[in-house]
Amino acid sequence: MATKHSRSAARLMMAPAVILLLGWMLVPLIMTLIFSFKQYLPLRGGDLGWVGFDNYVRFVSSSAFWPSVVATLTIVGGVLLITVIIGVLLAILLNQPMWGQGVVRILVIAPFFVMPTVSALVWKNMFMDPVNGLFAHLWRFFGAEPIAWLSEASLPSIVLIVSWQWLPFATLILLTAIQSLDGEQLEAAEMDGAPPLKRFGYITLPHLSRAITIVVLIQTIFLLAIFAEIFVTTGGAFGTRTLTYLIFQRVLESQNVGLGSAGGVYAIILANIVAIFLMRIVGKNLDA
Amino acid sequence: MARAVTQQRKIINTAAAWGVGLLIFFPILWTVLTSFKTEATAIADPPVFLAFDWTLENYSAVMERSNYARFLWNSIIIAGGSTILGIIVAVPAAWSMAFVPSNRTKDILLWMLSTKMLPAVGVLYPIYLICIKLGVLDSRGALVIILMLMNLPIIVWMLYTYFKEIPGEILEAARMDGATLKEEILYVLTPMAVPGIASTLLLNFILAWNEAFWTLNLTAANAAPLTAFIASYSSPEGLFFAKLSAASTMAIAPILILGWFSQKQLVSGLTFGAVK
Amino acid sequence: MGQIKLNQVTKSFGDVQVIPPLDLTIGDGEFTVFVGPSGCGKSTLLRLIAGLEDITTGHIEIDGSDATDVPPAKRGLAMVFQSYALYPHMSVRKNIAFPMKMAGIDEDEQNRRIEGAAKALNLTDYLDRRPGQLSGGQRQRVAIGRAIVREPAAFLFDEPLSNLDAALRVGMRLEISELHERLKTTMIYVTHDQVEAMTMADKIVVLRAGVIEQVGSPLELYHSPRNEFVAGFIGSPKMNLISGAEAEKNGATTIGIRPEHTDVSMTDGMWKGVVGVAEHLGSDTFIHVHDTGLADMVTVRITGDIQAKHGDTIYLTPQMDKLHKFDAQGLRIE
Repeated sequence: MATKHSRSAARLMMAPAVILLLGWMLVPLIMTLIFSFKQYLPLRGGDLGWVGFDNYVRFVSSSAFWPSVVATLTIVGGVLLITVIIGVLLAILLNQPMWGQGVVRILVIAPFFVMPTVSALVWKNMFMDPVNGLFAHLWRFFGAEPIAWLSEASLPSIVLIVSWQWLPFATLILLTAIQSLDGEQLEAAEMDGAPPLKRFGYITLPHLSRAITIVVLIQTIFLLAIFAEIFVTTGGAFGTRTLTYLIFQRVLESQNVGLGSAGGVYAIILANIVAIFLMRIVGKNLDA
Repeated sequence: MARAVTQQRKIINTAAAWGVGLLIFFPILWTVLTSFKTEATAIADPPVFLAFDWTLENYSAVMERSNYARFLWNSIIIAGGSTILGIIVAVPAAWSMAFVPSNRTKDILLWMLSTKMLPAVGVLYPIYLICIKLGVLDSRGALVIILMLMNLPIIVWMLYTYFKEIPGEILEAARMDGATLKEEILYVLTPMAVPGIASTLLLNFILAWNEAFWTLNLTAANAAPLTAFIASYSSPEGLFFAKLSAASTMAIAPILILGWFSQKQLVSGLTFGAVK
Repeated sequence: MGQIKLNQVTKSFGDVQVIPPLDLTIGDGEFTVFVGPSGCGKSTLLRLIAGLEDITTGHIEIDGSDATDVPPAKRGLAMVFQSYALYPHMSVRKNIAFPMKMAGIDEDEQNRRIEGAAKALNLTDYLDRRPGQLSGGQRQRVAIGRAIVREPAAFLFDEPLSNLDAALRVGMRLEISELHERLKTTMIYVTHDQVEAMTMADKIVVLRAGVIEQVGSPLELYHSPRNEFVAGFIGSPKMNLISGAEAEKNGATTIGIRPEHTDVSMTDGMWKGVVGVAEHLGSDTFIHVHDTGLADMVTVRITGDIQAKHGDTIYLTPQMDKLHKFDAQGLRIE
């Protein structure tokens, strides 16, 4: 259904979305690129001229950089590991015949819809508070000394909070994928004499591999950018300063825009590497 | 698998699933319960689960903080405005991609989705600076626009997949019947796509409601939505568990309910259709 | 009013030319059927006339004025789609009213025409239903109703009956023919079913690979197909095409004889063969004959019944005055 008329109408109707997104992408990106090559301190003299790759070198060689990379990788890796493993198990469980499946599904999905600041605060205060938190009560009940979670075990605590938020997403996607698995395949394997564990390893898991890849890619992109959870709980203290948070501090707290922008460019490059893999998969799906 | 499942298996499954489900849901449940306690009961050791004197005083306390309504209103305006604006921009674009595909359509769509991958922190300062220069820092309008742009790729994507389900012949019939392009979209496409548009609206409203990077960094007293309101509890006030719980409950309850309706769209919306 | 003239029309999709230069005139009030195997370009041709596709080169004239660049809505044509393309969110009444609403016809007139169409199409009781609540045949009638009320210069039908079951198809075929008798409006009808073409058309246009193979009345096509393709396409069961020595005896590269123009005997005749399958329809019998040495299989059609079963020897004699002869290019030899 394409006439010259409808094709030109199509171009015209696509224009607003394309132009808006192009602007949204290019303008800040170019500005960030420009700032990243400048000594730019808005509160201490403003634009102090070009400095080449200085900011890039300084960002990487600052004492905060490697710890932030480690913190980022720990959080992303930890959350991915937890959400994928528990997600697969949970998806398999939810796919079994049971009573009240719909209600359980709703219970499991709920955390995804809780705003990040709320979940961070609720966990921080009502569960992890070393005096009045529920965990402290629990520890005392068993005669143990309560732990100051967010200062003594800050990274695991954040991993726990973020995993709780993202587990529903992983579970939901993996459940959708599992439901598309042909039951006859499993029955055939059973007829062929494969025990449950082998059926899982040879049929269910390979079937889920694509969904797992997608969960990993999408979560990685979002997890690299987590902000509110750290902002509200530790404010970047106790070794929880991620790359994102470090950049945020450089730009808005210490108002070193040049340095922060160089960090931003690193973050963009990092996210793009992940995005390329994701877009490949999405693109293949569009053809099908 | 058409096979009788033993009753015993089913009981075990049910118990296990409900156990895990309640465990995951527990923090939310606990928050809601705590919101009806007095501050003293809220921190009681051992914790009280249900047997306490239910009270609404925390809710009235939160409501009385004169600005709560304002935060709520800001959230509604920002999430609602950005979503509706996004739909208005996205419907024509999705129409073009779904019904007049060219060999560039796929690339444009993928490019749009890839802008969603841009880390916000990478462009934080430029956006901040632009907002200052335009005098729109801490304004609802700026956030409406920014969140609209942020979610636009998802909106376009979701509408595109819904529109593709609609047979092109029906739109051609409308064209033969003398409808202009505007009439075709308004009287034929949009009413047919109402379920799709509604779920797109829902999911993106939720995403915008919960957005917590731009809303925290670009607002102060004026335009701050609930995300920022709750974040303000992070220090001393957070120790008032019951009030914190009441505020949290009020911030998440409407979204939880909407979220349960939109769980089906979540999969296709957030994976860009890569998982079916 | 509804004369449609195609002048050196071509259509290409990218580098692929699906319709080479084509000339065709469809007279006012004519029922014209485009027929051909799938992929022959008949639907594309209809969409070019409708304006849903641009023609690549050439001109289209409707009622003497150039319509090449006129958008579909302004061509004054109405179309009935294969999938009916009803608006699922509107009642039958609103579906039928839609084109009139778009044309800004006042409401009294709209209602008058809706009532008229509904009565003619037996839809009066269904006007307030949604398309989803109707049967296939009823939906088809709604689609026709929506086309009628516009009072178009011509109706375009794109394989309108292909989604209906066999019994319904015969009924709708009659209804559409009767509609044409009553309205006397130009109709262009696309189908791959030669039975529909033969039963409905004033004029049949046989297409293959975007090229018009022959234009003529149903009986012209039946009696004097211009080439082998038309000969094989029109008529059911298919004409037997025989080449080789038997054809050369008749001074042709290929000869064709229709199943119904062959006499059958169990004792003697011109060609000897063995019965493969005999299909007994009661009124007729189709016999598929093997081992004639003429072609893989020769089909004959006999009125009434005949006692012939698998493996019987059978003799066939073609009616020589009904024999079709074709030359090396496949063209008819008179």
